[in-house]
Amino acid sequence: MPSHEPVDVLIIGSGASGAAVAWSLADTKMKILCLEQGDWQNPTDYPSNGRDWEARQFNDMATSPNRRQLWSDYPVNDDNSPIKVLNFNAVGGSTILYAAHYPRLHPSDFKVKSLDGVADDWPIDYHQLEPFFAENDRMTGVSGLAGDPAYPPQKTSPMEPLPMGRSGRILGEAMNRLGWHWWPSDCAVTTREYEGRAPCINLGHCIAGCAQGAKASTDITYWPAAIRAGVELRTRARVREITIDNATGMANGVIYYDRDGVEQFQPAHVVVVAANGIGTPRLLLNSKSERFPNGLANSSGLVGKNLMFHPYASVWGYFNEETDGNRGPPLSLWSHEFYESDQSRGFVRGYSWQFGRGVGAIMEAQQSFASGRLPWGAEHHAVYRKLHNHRMNIAAICEDLPEEHNRVTLDPVLKDANGIPAPKIDYTLSENSNRMLDHAIARATEALREAGAWDIGVEKPIRNGGWHLLGTARMGSDPTRSVVNDWGRSHDVKNLFIVDGSIFTTSGGVNPTSTIQALALYIADQMKQRLATLFD
Amino acid sequence: MSKAAAPLPAWGDPILSDAEKRSLAALCARMIPASAEFKVPGADDALIQADIAKSLDRDAAAVHRALAQLERISGGSLADLDIEKQEESCATLRAEGGADLTALGRIILQCYYRDDRVMISLGMEPRPPFPKGHTLPQGDWALLDPVRKRGKIWREV
Ligand SMILES: Cc1cc2nc3c(=O)[nH]c(=O)nc-3n(C[C@H](O)[C@H](O)[C@H](O)COP(=O)(O)OP(=O)(O)OC[C@H]3O[C@@H](n4cnc5c(N)ncnc54)[C@H](O)[C@@H]3O)c2cc1C
Ligand code: SF4
Repeated sequence: MPSHEPVDVLIIGSGASGAAVAWSLADTKMKILCLEQGDWQNPTDYPSNGRDWEARQFNDMATSPNRRQLWSDYPVNDDNSPIKVLNFNAVGGSTILYAAHYPRLHPSDFKVKSLDGVADDWPIDYHQLEPFFAENDRMTGVSGLAGDPAYPPQKTSPMEPLPMGRSGRILGEAMNRLGWHWWPSDCAVTTREYEGRAPCINLGHCIAGCAQGAKASTDITYWPAAIRAGVELRTRARVREITIDNATGMANGVIYYDRDGVEQFQPAHVVVVAANGIGTPRLLLNSKSERFPNGLANSSGLVGKNLMFHPYASVWGYFNEETDGNRGPPLSLWSHEFYESDQSRGFVRGYSWQFGRGVGAIMEAQQSFASGRLPWGAEHHAVYRKLHNHRMNIAAICEDLPEEHNRVTLDPVLKDANGIPAPKIDYTLSENSNRMLDHAIARATEALREAGAWDIGVEKPIRNGGWHLLGTARMGSDPTRSVVNDWGRSHDVKNLFIVDGSIFTTSGGVNPTSTIQALALYIADQMKQRLATLFD
Repeated sequence: MSKAAAPLPAWGDPILSDAEKRSLAALCARMIPASAEFKVPGADDALIQADIAKSLDRDAAAVHRALAQLERISGGSLADLDIEKQEESCATLRAEGGADLTALGRIILQCYYRDDRVMISLGMEPRPPFPKGHTLPQGDWALLDPVRKRGKIWREV
């Protein structure tokens, strides 16, 4: 098998976390290489450049890898889950498609056992991450408004918030009448020229790649800086397994398939896994050896277990007033009114809301056709005109507590194009999540009615809603109850680190990427501080 | 010398037969008829039909199955029935529903609502979003005053 010059640090995956860790480690001047199975995206190819821009969300830019089936994708058997796995495999990873809604976890999220007697506390806390949240906000280019009473007061954003729009005003006024919290969201979208990036021009199509370069996918934020600083990013390189020196029990490199499908060996002194909450356990479980017969870093048996998705409920309403439709970034306001635990609600922990401005003309027609709202025949046109640009949406993001039976294993049959076993998902909604979703739906209906909705639609849980992939290589102090320690190093293999969403101990009830990236920067910082004793 | 046929994409044959095209056009006319009031063509318009025929993409297999479902319900081509019988068949199709019909409907609607004439009728500019984008009212964040006044809601640890 062809082999390469050894590197000091080998990172697997170039998405949200892989990019951040690569950039941060670059100032050590170590030889750093990132292997990424996908390739660079060309913004001029993004859908909003063409007339078929809405249709491509169902085709080559679909959020589900099983639907997309690009050469860079691997299949995921998610038949046994009511929530389907979404991702993107490219330089930038899933941030190519993310909606860039960018809240941080709350301080309470790190201490759920102490506060509410459920799951486990994280071995670190919000205040340890605070400087890395701020550094990540600067690197990412975050817009928002300081002073949100749902967060500690130190939180600020480098840029002013996205426009309120018509939809924001209607919902904000309703929330005020109800006396409920709402606030402009932190968004990873520029609202002015920022570090060579142009401001958002409201293309409204962030979930299929931002042609303007305003949305902070890591191919245009961290990667250019990391590459300038000397990091090598090798694309179309799909890692099959991490290899082990059986004498020392340390990782000594990886076997990957190059762009021609040829097997290669890449030696490395340190391996950092950043392949996301599904890709990482898949890779560790595929890395079996004499010494680690159950997969790498898996002495706890917890690799792949405790998968958390954040069950989502979507509640949408139709209004007489015209709304923004998709003429702006879809998400730009949040509410954390029901975030912190309140036992009187009948469930533990809580949820946040992200307010949706509306949807595009085609999406409205398709969804209303499927729900039966849009008639066939002569009435079609009049009804459609009442729906189009008259919708707003509230999506509830529910905290998903870790449960071992929710898991990623290897599918015994399904394989990717290189013959590597694919991941299989087993996931059920807990009773707590069910009650939380019902509460969120009832309250969101109340908010939309207050705002003037004359018709309400509900999806529970959002089926194509597995965009947050968390918990499958959890962080903790106890090696029997966790996979990595409090600075991201595997308990079992002292030169193996994990930095992506799989290390979340618990999920919180907000979109995770700001926290994933702050964690990656924190782990990189810990590595730099401990360089002399990294393997002790 | 005969050319080797190109392998079909994993998601099915992208080409509709002439018989399928006839049924599809008849279905589209019942689904979204032309309207003089709104100045829009029907979904059976030739340009829209041509767009549909080249846009099956990852739904190709589902579209073929949905059209076969329609043929079964109609006892042959929908286009050969009189209007009343066509309406009946369409009602049965819609009542039976299913994922294949949803996929077919998605493609019809996707092509219909990106047609220039339809977009203009809806007050939209017939163009891609980039590079012109859109404008939104900035709004006045003084609307947040009641939220500010209420004060801290985050939980101390
Ligand atoms: C449609 C959509 C909308 C979203 N919206 C939001 C949002 O608004 N806010 C938010 O916070 N989050 C959102 N997310 C989630 C967000 O994208 C993820 O949380 C984040 O990207 C995860 O970062 P990561 O580093 O863990 O993994 P990823 O960003 O997924 O990166 C993993 C990378 O590893 C690569 N990889 C995997 N396996 C291998 C292998 N064996 N060999 C080589 N390379 C490999 C993959 O190709 C990929 O590029 C959204 C996601 C999607 C799909
Ligand atoms: S709305 Fe803004 S961030 Fe979203 S795709 Fe358009 S320019 Fe990019």
